[in-house]
Amino acid sequence: MDSAQILLAVMWVGLTVYALLGGADFGGGVWDLLAGRSRSGMPQRRLIEHSIGPVWEANHVWLIFVLVVLWTGFPLAFASVMSTLYIPLTLAALGIIARGAAFAFRKASTELWQQRLFGGAFALSSVLTPFFLGTVAGGIASARVPPGLAAGDVVGSWLNPTSLLGGVLAVLVCAYLAAIYLCDDAARSRTPELAEGFRRRALVAAAVTGAVALGGIAVLHWDAPRLFSGLTHRALPLVVLSAVLGIASIVLLWLRRHLLVRAAAVLAVAAVMWGWPVAQYPAMLPPALTYREAAAAPVVTTTVLVVAGVGALLVLPSLVWLFLLQRRMPYDADASH
Amino acid sequence: MTPLAVLAGPASPADLVAARTQMALSLGWHIVFACLGVGMPALLLFTEWRAHRTGDAEYMRLARRWATAVGVLFAVGAVSGTILSFEMGLLWPGLMGVYGEVIGLPFAMEGIAFFIEAIFLGVYLYAWDRLSPRAHLLSGVPVMVAGVASAVFVVAANAWMNQPRGFDLENGRVTGVAPWAAVFNPAMPPQVLHMVIAAFMVSGFVTAGVYAVALLRGRRDRYHRLGFLVPFTVAAALSPVQVLAGDYAARFLADYQPTKLAAAEAVFPTGPNAPLHLGGLVIDGRLRYALEIPSGLSMLVGFSPGTVVQGLDRVAPADRPPISPVHLAFDTMVGIGMLLLLLSAWLALSWWRRRDLPASPWFLRIASVAGVLAVIAVEMGWVVTEVGRQPWIVYGTMRTFEAVNPAPGLWVGFAVVAVVYAFLTVAVVYVLRHVARTGHVAPQETEP
Repeated sequence: MDSAQILLAVMWVGLTVYALLGGADFGGGVWDLLAGRSRSGMPQRRLIEHSIGPVWEANHVWLIFVLVVLWTGFPLAFASVMSTLYIPLTLAALGIIARGAAFAFRKASTELWQQRLFGGAFALSSVLTPFFLGTVAGGIASARVPPGLAAGDVVGSWLNPTSLLGGVLAVLVCAYLAAIYLCDDAARSRTPELAEGFRRRALVAAAVTGAVALGGIAVLHWDAPRLFSGLTHRALPLVVLSAVLGIASIVLLWLRRHLLVRAAAVLAVAAVMWGWPVAQYPAMLPPALTYREAAAAPVVTTTVLVVAGVGALLVLPSLVWLFLLQRRMPYDADASH
Repeated sequence: MTPLAVLAGPASPADLVAARTQMALSLGWHIVFACLGVGMPALLLFTEWRAHRTGDAEYMRLARRWATAVGVLFAVGAVSGTILSFEMGLLWPGLMGVYGEVIGLPFAMEGIAFFIEAIFLGVYLYAWDRLSPRAHLLSGVPVMVAGVASAVFVVAANAWMNQPRGFDLENGRVTGVAPWAAVFNPAMPPQVLHMVIAAFMVSGFVTAGVYAVALLRGRRDRYHRLGFLVPFTVAAALSPVQVLAGDYAARFLADYQPTKLAAAEAVFPTGPNAPLHLGGLVIDGRLRYALEIPSGLSMLVGFSPGTVVQGLDRVAPADRPPISPVHLAFDTMVGIGMLLLLLSAWLALSWWRRRDLPASPWFLRIASVAGVLAVIAVEMGWVVTEVGRQPWIVYGTMRTFEAVNPAPGLWVGFAVVAVVYAFLTVAVVYVLRHVARTGHVAPQETEP
């Protein structure tokens, strides 16, 4: 294995963690949007705020990590993706700023109308951001981003069947993960009513996500045949694993084994996340550009790996501590706001 | 690596202006929150430490209030900084595609620092009542250290654009990359020093300004006096240091980027006895309406009127930055720096003679706008740095128009971004005023 290959894997680990943690934070926003009227949706919104509050900023840094590794390790791929897909990426960036700012503003405001306004912005941007990031993934995976500055179609590269599938699937996966995490959080906080609500939502989200993924196979067959063939050949074990784990998560939800549900869902999403690169490897921007052609000089990839390794020693234990503290901070349903 | 320039079509002039304005807006906006993110944790930790040492409840009230504000400021700073990492690619893919591998390292280190900052701030803000006072105080230390570290790394990356090092160019292709040489480029020490001090000054003066307003309105209790004095003292103590750091940065320009210094001082002819110009406008290739101090610039650069200062006549007009904006921005920054120094000296004098704030209401009046002035000075400093580097995006190596995204319609994107930032500015001012007025404290942070 050369250092570019390792860096590619490290970057993908970062993206997977972002999907599993940051994705769930966006999913929390999706459920916030669907929580209903101000008064009746209050307990759900407060649980969501409690679950996201301490961790969303740290979760969000994984995206920055991925961007920085991409531009340092694979500058040509970064420049090509950003320049061709600048419309959905600008919209995703604006979604990120609106989501984060509105969430913080809602927490700091006291009046109902302010909380409604900022809450609305928070919830809406939580849907739009993963959607646009999903269209970006679809554009790359369906071979619509050629190497070069704005060398692809700036509209068709993200307004196409695979991109729309990617966008919808991204929102659904975020909602699915969030419902499962929130169900577990609510169960641990001894608020069975809330837990049941999120369990119901998780079941619906799991079923819808599964159905869209199944239908998506047909879309890919027609719109991205190369990706389809990769997913049905080399990446088939991962695709099957993801389907099995997804079904397992539904069964475990049914049985109310909340912690196991969490594990099954996380692994199901991770399997899908790894299915994509495995299907198109060694292409980075399919069909032609391989990761090796896009890679920076070996001295750069090696240095970034060393820095990332040192960083991991500092970051990972701290992150574990943060999550442990958060788990030991049960949601108090009676605390007045 | 494939040379990108071959594949790139030209961007329209309107799109180039849109891209530059969008970058300036996003950077200029973020830098305010970045400064507060670097400086505020230190003020907060000092106040909390005093609270524990002295048992003074007013210190603890201040710390709690500032923590709420830091929560909002950090969130806004984090997301507005993320936009920048998108924009590096969305607007300047020509730069990142060619030089991404050269300047990636400081950004990677900045990412790690940002991770540490976000994690420990989460602990600090949300676990206040779950940790022992000592553990809580310690959990804030990584926030402070990582905040300064990320400023160091990001400014190092900007310094590289002024003094690009750590690579060779062969027929437009980057070879022989030396990542550490790129990080530790010659412009890094002066720029980092100047910026980190500026961040602490902005934090100090902005925070003190809030309490200066309250003191002016007659709320002269211990809480408001401490809220004013602690941050103001920090900023005031740094004011003279910043004058020296700024002098160091300007002297660095004389040696390494003489064109930028010549633009900042609006000096056209090269030679000894270079005058120092205050104000003025460049019209038809010469400076008018300026106050001139004969040989002033030569004295400042080399301590002797005979010091030769390189003027703008040494570079072709096409290679010069826009002179009037750079010169006026420079004068504004220096002028504000001097004013803040005088204000700091006023407090020092009054404290030395009567252990109290100056009696004149003008002290508090000026102090209440010192934060705004400090922010303007930082913005003007970045105008000098960025506009003064033009027409280069990488000094002497790559022109800005070569770096811009050739995709059509960038100005539409700029219009959308501008509207979003306008809303965001209104919202953030409104929410922070609300926090300052009501001291709303989120449930996790309620006082026991």
